[in-house]
Amino acid sequence: MIAPSSQPPLSLAHLPGRLGRVSGAGPRRVTHHPFLLPAVSQASLLRLHHRFRALDRNKKGYLSRMDLQQIGALAVNPLGDRIIESFFPDGSQQVDFPGFVRVLAHFRPVEDEDTETQDPKKPEPLNSRRNKLHYAFQLYDLDRDGKISRHEMLQVLRLMVGVQVTEEQLENIADRTVQEADEDGDGAVSFVEFTKSLEKMDVEQKMSIRILK
Amino acid sequence: MGEVSAGLGALLLELPRDCLGTGTAVALGPPLRTSPEWVRRVMEGAELAGKILSTWLTLVLGFILLPSVFGVSLGISEIYMKILVKTLEWATIRIEKGTPKESILKNSASVGIIQRDESPMEKGLSGLRGRDFELSDVFYFSKKGLEAIVEDEVTQRFSSEELVSWNLLTRTNVNFQYISLRLTMVWVLGVIVRYCVLLPLRVTLAFIGISLLVIGTTLVGQLPDSSLKNWLSELVHLTCCRICVRSLSGTIHYHNKQYRPQKGGICVANHTSPIDVLILTTDGCYAMVGQVHGGLMGIIQRAMVKACPHVWFERSEMKDRHLVTKRLKEHIADKKKLPILIFPEGTCINNTSVMMFKKGSFEIGGTIHPVAIKYNPQFGDAFWNSSKYNMVSYLLRMMTSWAIVCDVWYMPPMTREEGEDAVQFANRVKSAIAIQGGLTELPWDGGLKRAKVKDTLKEEQQKNYSKMIVGNGSVS
Repeated sequence: MIAPSSQPPLSLAHLPGRLGRVSGAGPRRVTHHPFLLPAVSQASLLRLHHRFRALDRNKKGYLSRMDLQQIGALAVNPLGDRIIESFFPDGSQQVDFPGFVRVLAHFRPVEDEDTETQDPKKPEPLNSRRNKLHYAFQLYDLDRDGKISRHEMLQVLRLMVGVQVTEEQLENIADRTVQEADEDGDGAVSFVEFTKSLEKMDVEQKMSIRILK
Repeated sequence: MGEVSAGLGALLLELPRDCLGTGTAVALGPPLRTSPEWVRRVMEGAELAGKILSTWLTLVLGFILLPSVFGVSLGISEIYMKILVKTLEWATIRIEKGTPKESILKNSASVGIIQRDESPMEKGLSGLRGRDFELSDVFYFSKKGLEAIVEDEVTQRFSSEELVSWNLLTRTNVNFQYISLRLTMVWVLGVIVRYCVLLPLRVTLAFIGISLLVIGTTLVGQLPDSSLKNWLSELVHLTCCRICVRSLSGTIHYHNKQYRPQKGGICVANHTSPIDVLILTTDGCYAMVGQVHGGLMGIIQRAMVKACPHVWFERSEMKDRHLVTKRLKEHIADKKKLPILIFPEGTCINNTSVMMFKKGSFEIGGTIHPVAIKYNPQFGDAFWNSSKYNMVSYLLRMMTSWAIVCDVWYMPPMTREEGEDAVQFANRVKSAIAIQGGLTELPWDGGLKRAKVKDTLKEEQQKNYSKMIVGNGSVS
C-alpha cells in the first residue's frame, strides 16, 4: 500500500479541469507560489485541497481557528492548541490554502531522491530533518524569540497536562528538561541545543505522514 | 374540426344562458359565432390539455394508487430498476475502458488516505528510554494532530459518500472526465428522463400522498375509539406511505420480518435522512416522537395525531428531559399503543458509519427493537446535508435521482441487562446495528456537526499523558 511518490511534483496547472473551476482560495493563486512546488506531489495536493474545502464549513475560502477546533481528534490532543497556532504565524487570523499546505509539507516523508538531487542553491525543502525539528521547536517557543525559556516550557507543559499535575511537579519537570538540554548555561534552550539533544532521535520517521496512493 | 370547436364553444356558453333563466336572451351567443380564430385555438388547446390530464390521472390512479391501497406491486418499478441497473453497468464498463490507468485517482470511500500507526499513546511515546517527560514527546502529539487535520473520522461523515464509479448524475461527477460521445448521449437521455418524465410524476404522487394522508387521518379521527378506527388508521397510514415511497421510486428490501417491532416496544434505527421515517412506516405503523413544527409539517402532525396517538412535544417541553422520559414511559406502558420510533444519533449521518447513540432513549426501559437501514448510493444519495440543502431542495434532489434503494434489517429485540448502565446498553445496540448494516462504528457524538467537542474528552487525554510523565512519583 505504501508507494513513494514517483511522480514529479507539478504545479496545479496540470490538474483536471474541475479543480481549476473552484472558487475561493483556489489553485489559481497557488500556481504562482514557487515555495509550494517541490513541497508536495500533485495527487497529494488534490487530496489536501478537497480536505481544505471540507474543513472550510462556511465556504469562506480560508480557515479560521474555529474550523480547526471542530476536528474532534485535534481538539482532544494535548498539544492541539499549539498545533492550531502553528497555522497562524505572525498573528494572522486566517490561513489560506498555500499556508495550509506549507505546514503540512513539514510532515512529508523524506525520500532518498530528495537528498540526491539536492541543489545547494535552492532553499532547503520543508520536510528536511532540520525543518522538521524547527517545526517541533516552534511548538514550544511561544514568543518566537528563538529560545525556549523555562517559563515557556512550563506553559506548554501546563497545556499538555491540564489540571492533572500540581505546579510543583510541573516546575520540577521543566527545570530538569531545560537543564539537561541547556549547554551554554543561559537558562533557555536554543534551537542548536534542541537539535543536539535530539540528534539520536529518528526525526524523519517520527514526524512523517505518508499519503496512500 | 373548426365546426366542432365552434359548436363546443357555443355549447359551453349556452349553459350560462339557460342558468340565467328563460327568456333573458343574454347577448352571449351572437358574438361567439363570429369569434376570432385565436379563441377557437385556445379552446382546442384547453380541451386537449384536459384530455391529457384526465388520462394521466386515470393511469396514475390505476397503476399506482390502487395497488398501494392493497399493498401489491404491478412490477413496473422492477422493470425500471432492471433497465437502470443494466444501463449503469454498461456506463461503468465504458468509463473504465475509456480512462487511462494513471489518471484514475482512487476515491477514498472508506479507505483512509494516510497510513496510520494506531499504536496507543504509551507505545508511541516510549522511544528510547523509560518514562519521564522528554522534549521528543512533541513528535508523537504533533504527528497525531496533523494526521487528524489531514483526515479525521468524523468530518467526512457529514458529507455525501463518494462513489467508486459514476452513476450518470451530474451531482456525483467529481473526478470523471469526458469519455465518449455515446456516454454523453446516455447522460443527456438520463437528464431528460429524470427531469421531464419522472419528476412531474413524482411530484404528482407526493402531492396526492400528502393530501390523502391529511384528509384520511382527519376523517378517521372523527370516529370513536374502537378496533375499526385502529384498523382504518393503519390502512390510511400504510397507503399514504406507500404512495410517498413510490413518489421517490423507492425500492426497499425488508429482511427478517419476523423481528418487526411489536406494540409496547421502542424501535431504534440509524439516521440518514427524513426519508428513513417513510421507509420504516411503509412496513408497519409506528408512533412518532418529535417536536411540533409549524407550516405544512405542523398540519400533517396535527392530522396524524387525531387518528392514532403519536407523541409530539412543544419546543419548550423538549428541554425538560424528565417530562420527555415520563411521557414516553407512559406510552410504552400501554401495550395497545404502537411502538415508538426513535433515532438516537440525533442528527443525520452519511450512512457510512454509526455515531454515538444518546443515552436518553435507553433510559426509558422496555424492549428495544434495533433496525439497521443501509442505502445503496449508486442509485441516489439519500443523505440530507442540512447545512448545505434545505428541505425543499433536498426533496427535489431526491425526486430527480434515479431511485432510492435500501435494505432494512429487523433485528432481535434487546433489553438492558443486569449491571449495565444506559451508556453501555446504548453502545451494545449501536454495535449490533453497525455490524448488521455493514457500517463502521464511531464513538464520536453526531453533535460535532455543529458544536465543538466536549472538554471532558480532552481532559481524558490529558489525564493519560499526565499519568505517564508523573505517575509513579518518579519525578526527580
